[in-house]
Amino acid sequence: MEKFQNVSGVAAPMPLVNIDTDMIIPKQFLKTIKRTGLGANLFDEMRFNRDGSEVTDFVLNKPAYRDAQIIVAGDNFGCGSSREHAPWALGDFGVKVVISTSFADIFYNNCFKNGILPVVLPKEAVDVLMEDAERGSNARITVDLENQTVSATDGTEYSFEVDEFKKHCLINGLDDIGLTLQKAASIDSFESDYAAKAPWV
Amino acid sequence: MSAPKTLYDKIWDAHVAHEAEDGTCLLYIDRHLVHEVTSPQAFEGLRMTGRKVRAPEKTIAVPDHNVPTTLDRANAATMTEDSRIQVEALDTNAKEFGLHYYPVSDVRQGIVHIVGPEQGWTLPGMTVVCGDSHTATHGAFGSLAHGIGTSEVEHVLATQTLIQKKSKNMKVEITGSLKPGVTAKDITMSVIGVTGTAGGTGYVIEYCGQAIRELSMEGRMTVCNMAIEGGARAGLIAPDEKTFEYCKGRPHAPKGTNWEMALTAWKELFTDEDAHFDKVITIKGEDIAPSVTWGTSPEDVLPITATIPNPEDFTGGKVDAVRRALAYMGLTPGSKLSDVEIDTVFIGSCTNGRIEDLRAAAAVLKGKKVKDGMRAMVVPGSGLVRAQAEEEGLAQIFIDAGFEWRMAGCSMCLAMNPDQLAEGERCASTSNRNFEGRQGFKGRTHLLSPAMAAAAAVTGKLTDIRDFA
Repeated sequence: MEKFQNVSGVAAPMPLVNIDTDMIIPKQFLKTIKRTGLGANLFDEMRFNRDGSEVTDFVLNKPAYRDAQIIVAGDNFGCGSSREHAPWALGDFGVKVVISTSFADIFYNNCFKNGILPVVLPKEAVDVLMEDAERGSNARITVDLENQTVSATDGTEYSFEVDEFKKHCLINGLDDIGLTLQKAASIDSFESDYAAKAPWV
Repeated sequence: MSAPKTLYDKIWDAHVAHEAEDGTCLLYIDRHLVHEVTSPQAFEGLRMTGRKVRAPEKTIAVPDHNVPTTLDRANAATMTEDSRIQVEALDTNAKEFGLHYYPVSDVRQGIVHIVGPEQGWTLPGMTVVCGDSHTATHGAFGSLAHGIGTSEVEHVLATQTLIQKKSKNMKVEITGSLKPGVTAKDITMSVIGVTGTAGGTGYVIEYCGQAIRELSMEGRMTVCNMAIEGGARAGLIAPDEKTFEYCKGRPHAPKGTNWEMALTAWKELFTDEDAHFDKVITIKGEDIAPSVTWGTSPEDVLPITATIPNPEDFTGGKVDAVRRALAYMGLTPGSKLSDVEIDTVFIGSCTNGRIEDLRAAAAVLKGKKVKDGMRAMVVPGSGLVRAQAEEEGLAQIFIDAGFEWRMAGCSMCLAMNPDQLAEGERCASTSNRNFEGRQGFKGRTHLLSPAMAAAAAVTGKLTDIRDFA
């Protein structure tokens, strides 16, 4: 996994609440056996008309936001299916950070496995950042993972919480599986004790 | 004496293989269910790193999301090329890595969350994961079951563990008994109506109370299935005699002395008196009405007797979301839900594709006809459910009424196969998600119980099952 770098730039405002993973990447694009290439279909049914032309007023089609690396979103972003295609599509499009008041649990975890930082902030902070985001190229949001801050255009800093282990993996681009396999001895010993206690499992 | 524990605490504690100082745990996984859509990249990852599946004997694979449900599906040409490639990839991966496998041609094939319990893979006290959010279904057995992403699928394949931090405990108690016409589906939708789709985020829910105890195992699976729709990581129901009875004799359930040993352990799977819950919700069973969704989020749910709400009735970001949902659904505030006309009925899915669901729908349909011009479809949750329904004469009731009688799969619940709504079509559906585009581009979904779906097929509109004769 690529190491997470701090991000500074335009943020795309998506104030709609409950943006679900079916919206982020509709099911017809789940038939791939690869992780790459899904950015072209990110938010497909919101972003494109049936004939393939762009929906002009969709945020990521507006000139200011076409290369946005940050999304500021309404509550409960990423609810619904467990499809990791959602963060794959976001990442492939170039999104590095999503900011919201809340995220669905599975989506939140999936982001960290793919170099994307989901930032949870209180409603007041998200409201300010949403307003900032709506100013397009006239605003710039900065996300600093090391210091766990998001800065609005006027310099106001908002601190966010993130699990230390997840942060460590993101900053260093670490592969979970490799880390877990270092603890193989613990798994082995758990497994043999457990097999004795619960032989039916 | 140790502090009182919840059911979730007990299952969690029994599966921690390693705990780091910051509380990050490696949770040992007892059953890993795998389907074709969220697994190919995980197996590819194993190949690229030269890793093996650590416990193939605990890993069960079945294709369900993509597979056609038409009778001629044995012919691979009935699948689109990309679907066929995904299913073939699962065939190959299951064989190469030595997993338990139920291919499309096997009568035991079906929706992964129906096959697991049916075959006795899912048992009380276990940890169960699958690259699918509706894994919550298995919580009905008092097993800690939740959906994971593909990276986590790969992690479980390679290590048989999951990196987890413990969630908070939530108790959802449904007191008293349900009234006639009210089902497990109405319970689970009503709970989401109360909590909202984010209300369960960060929690594992334990459902309890008399109304839950009175449900069959299949009803309990329906309740837990939609825990994820309330945002919860998992839903749990403490096992009881009904659970043990359901498990006994299933192909992969323990036998002989192992059964006796298991039973002794399973009887300890309950929440201790005075155990701490971080959040408690209580709903009176008799207050729950036959329910239906009107919007594009499962929290947009109301009793069938209600009227379509106004965006102004809501606050915050929900105002715009409701405005958008009503436009998408083509509904007018103030109109009655029971006046909403539909053109499609889908009975099936991991929420409501089991034999009791088909019995409930068939009981409504017996001697009746689907309204002219409607498209109605039954997709059994597994080949075995299908066979049993044929044996019980239910299939004939559906066929006589004018329903299509399909082969098993996920089908129109998520419309990854050709079973889809056309633009603007409106479906009464026993599935679990009413998201925009879920059942087809610009398709409109109303979630409800199997009996309500059957009644809607006859009348051509959303119908209060209590008024239906």
